Amino acid sequence: MSIPTRSLRLRAGLLHHLRRALALSVVSGASVLVAQPGVRLGLLYGEGGSRPGIYVLPVAGAAGDSLRSIVMRDLDFSDRVTVLPKSTALATPAGSAPIDYAAAMRLGINGVVQLTPVAGGTNIVLYDVGAKQVLQRRTVALSGTLNSAAWRMAVHGISDLCEEWISGERGIAATKLAYVADGRIWLVDSDGANATSLTAAGRALSPNFHPNGQSLVYAALEPAGSAIYVSDLRGSTRRVVPPSGLNISPTFTPNGASIAYAHGDDFGTELYLVAASGGTPRRISIGRGSDNTSPTFSPDGRRIAFTSGRSGRPDVYIADDDGTNADVLAALSSASQGYRSSPDWSPDGRAVVFQSQLGGRFQTMVITLRDRVVKQLTTEGANEDPAWAPDARHVVVSSTRSGGRQLWVIDTETGRARQLTSAGGARLAAWSSRLVR
Amino acid sequence: MNRRHLGAVLMLATLALGACRKKPVAIAPVPTSPSTAPAIDDAAARAAREQAVRDSLAKARADSLARLASETEAANLRAILEAPVMFEYDAADVSDGARATLDAKLPVLRTNIGLRIRISGHTDARGSDEYNLALGLRRAAATRKYLGDRGIAVSRIEVVSFGEERPAASGEDDGAFMKNRRAEFEILSGGDALRMPPR
Repeated sequence: MSIPTRSLRLRAGLLHHLRRALALSVVSGASVLVAQPGVRLGLLYGEGGSRPGIYVLPVAGAAGDSLRSIVMRDLDFSDRVTVLPKSTALATPAGSAPIDYAAAMRLGINGVVQLTPVAGGTNIVLYDVGAKQVLQRRTVALSGTLNSAAWRMAVHGISDLCEEWISGERGIAATKLAYVADGRIWLVDSDGANATSLTAAGRALSPNFHPNGQSLVYAALEPAGSAIYVSDLRGSTRRVVPPSGLNISPTFTPNGASIAYAHGDDFGTELYLVAASGGTPRRISIGRGSDNTSPTFSPDGRRIAFTSGRSGRPDVYIADDDGTNADVLAALSSASQGYRSSPDWSPDGRAVVFQSQLGGRFQTMVITLRDRVVKQLTTEGANEDPAWAPDARHVVVSSTRSGGRQLWVIDTETGRARQLTSAGGARLAAWSSRLVR
Repeated sequence: MNRRHLGAVLMLATLALGACRKKPVAIAPVPTSPSTAPAIDDAAARAAREQAVRDSLAKARADSLARLASETEAANLRAILEAPVMFEYDAADVSDGARATLDAKLPVLRTNIGLRIRISGHTDARGSDEYNLALGLRRAAATRKYLGDRGIAVSRIEVVSFGEERPAASGEDDGAFMKNRRAEFEILSGGDALRMPPR
C-alpha cells in the first residue's frame, strides 16, 4: 500500500517536489499529512536509509525542561529517529528567527523540533535542515498542572505529532498499557509513568482495550467460577458475563460492539461472542470438545486467531469469524516443542505475534500473513503474552530477562527492547489505541 | 489441610490426657486426713465417696476418648475427601494413582449424601496463562466425571479452574511443577457430621 519510511530512499529531487507540495498544503491549513494516496511523506534526510538525526531545542518557561525531556524520550522510544543529546551545540534562535541550518547540517542534524509555550498551548515547529526550511508548524493545546497525568498525555500527543511529521507514521507515546500484577488490572503510560491499579485485589486476568481506548474488558477468577467485566479507565465497572463456568480471555471485536471470550464447561472450552452491553452469547468456534482460548480479530473483524488444543497440543489457529475454515497458523519448525499460543493480530492486519515454547521457555514470534514467514523476536529469558502497539511495529511482552516477570517493549524492526515496568511481576499486557489525536 | 486436622486431633488428645492426670489434684475437698473427719465417718462411707470420684473420672476419660475417636474419625474422613489428585504435564487423564485416591472418596461420598464438594483444577506454570485455565477446568471436569461414572450425583460436585494462578508449591523446577498439576477438593456443605462408611 504505502512505502515504509525506512525504504524511503528515493531521489532527493522527487522527494523535494513532494515536500514542497505538502508545505503548501500545510500553509493553507491542512492538518492531514498524506498529500497523495499511497505515498508517505516525511523529513528529507540522507540517502543511506539511516535514521534521521533529530534535535529538540531548549524550551523556555517553567514547563520547558519537562516538556523537552518527555518529547526527546518519546522520540527515542519511537525507534524511528536518532535523538541528539541536549548538549548538542546548536544555538537556539532568538524570537522568530530561523535556526542556523548550516550549523545543524555540520552537527549531523536532519530535523529540529522547536517548542514554544504560548497562552494555553505550545507552538510546534519542525525544521527540515536539508531543505533549509520549516517543514511543519502547528499550535496545540497544552494546559493543566505541570507533570500531571493529563499534561503528560498531552505532551505525548505532541511527540506523536512530531514523529508523524518526521517519519510519516504517527507515534505511540500517547497511549496506555493495561496489565496484570498482584491479581489486579493496572494501567500505565507508554513511557512507564503513572502506573495505577484499576481493580481491587482479586484474581483479575487478561485485560484488553476497547478500540477507542476509553474502556477495557477483563476476566476475574471468583471462588465458584470466572466472570467477564468491562471497566472504564476510572474503574467504573459492569459485569458482562456472570461467573458460571469458566469465562476467560475476553477481547473486543474491532468495531467495539461485541466481546469474544472463551467459555469452558464439562465439554471443553469454546469461543463465544456476546454483545458488549451483555445478552445471550453465541458460540463462534468449532472445537469439538477441545480447549479454545485467547481470541484475537483481524482489523476487519472477519478472521480470528486463537489458541486451540484440537490437535492434541496447544497451537495457534486462524479461522473465519464463525469458526469455519480453521487452519494452523504456522508450520511447525523443528526447534519448536509444539506448544504455541496467545496470538495477537497486528493493527495493520499484516502479522500475528504469538508465543512458542523453545527449550522449555516461551519466546515471542511474529508471522507475516502474506508469506507465512515466522521470525523469532526474543531469546533472552522467557517472553510471553505479546501484544501489538497501535503502530503495528512495537510489541509488549512479559519477559523474565531481568529476573521476575516484567513488561518490555520490543521494536519488531530493530529488536531494541526497553523495560516498561519494574515492580511486582507484570504480565498479560494489552496496548490501547492512540489517546491523543 | 490434612496437617491442620491432625494438629487439632493431637491437641485434643493432649488436653484430654492432661485433664485425666491433673483432675485428682484438683478435687481437693475429698478428705484424706482422719483428724479432720467427722466422728461418725467410717471407712465404708469414705470408700464410697472415693469410688464415686473414681467413677466420675473414668466417665470423663471415656467420654473424652470417645470424643477424640469421633474427631479423629471425622478428620480422617475429611482428609480422604480433601486428598488432591495429580496429573501429567499438559494432560487431564485420571492416572492410576489418582484413581486410588478418588476410589477412597467414593464410600465417604455415598454414605454422607448431604455432602457437596467443589473440585478445583490447577496447572503448573509452564503453559500459557490463559490456556492453562482451560486445562485446569479439563482436569476438574475429568475428576468429576470419574466420580460421576461411579454413581456420585454430579449435581453434588462443583468444578472450577484456577489454572496456574494458585500454585501449591512455588518454584520453577520439576518438583514444584509436579505438585502444582493437581485437582483439589473442598467441602462446600454437609461436612460437619461426617459418618463412617459401613465396613
